[in-house]
Amino acid sequence: MKVTAHPSADSLLLVLDGELDASSAVLLDSELVKPGLLDYRKVLIDCAKLSYISSAGLGVFISHLQRLQDHNVKLVFFNMQEKVFNVFEILGLDSLMTIVPTQAEATAA
Amino acid sequence: MKDVLRIECSRHNLQQVRDFVRAFLHRRDLPELLVNQVVLAVDEVVANFIIHANGEDAHQVIELQLVVENHYLNVEIADHGGSIYLPPPHVAPNLAEYIRQGRKGGMGMALVNRLMDRVEFFTRDQHTVCHLSKHLA
Repeated sequence: MKVTAHPSADSLLLVLDGELDASSAVLLDSELVKPGLLDYRKVLIDCAKLSYISSAGLGVFISHLQRLQDHNVKLVFFNMQEKVFNVFEILGLDSLMTIVPTQAEATAA
Repeated sequence: MKDVLRIECSRHNLQQVRDFVRAFLHRRDLPELLVNQVVLAVDEVVANFIIHANGEDAHQVIELQLVVENHYLNVEIADHGGSIYLPPPHVAPNLAEYIRQGRKGGMGMALVNRLMDRVEFFTRDQHTVCHLSKHLA
């Protein structure tokens, strides 16, 4: 699992590459606990190369969502593979999180 | 014929578990969505055994067996560690509340129960065993 951060003026783009499980979730968590994160207006998660997510990966996003919302930082997922979206869907997280098809829509969200 | 994998209780072995389950299912030419669902269910149970039942003690061993019989995939996950781990009865998680609380865990078994047709935990010879089953249409 690789997490690459691309900061810009008002948003942070995190590109996820690989499988997000109980072993690799700590990598993502370490990006989302950085204090500077709350200075952005948006955190965009590029899921194009995210090929797997377990409850540990979902738990990282769930554990930070309220804090981000409290600071008016929007968390937006895009380019999600069908099998990964299916996991969000099974738990009903697709209606609690912002998931859009493309980066253009994520930027506009 | 059964496919068998034995791993030490380290979360770094979860990738090996997923690769093993994927390889078994890909040989049967199943849809990717179904393969991912079974892989996820097995990964969640094994992660629970590794982390919660065995405290990531790499001296303990978990054995995984996969077999297809009469269009059903039957999975046995046997925890050979020293403690008995039987998860509490399944209750659907309130995710809006989890988000409000900033909770990290508590969704794994909910996923397993929604993904598989049958989920059973029991004890055998002082060890915990999990049986998962799914119809492969």
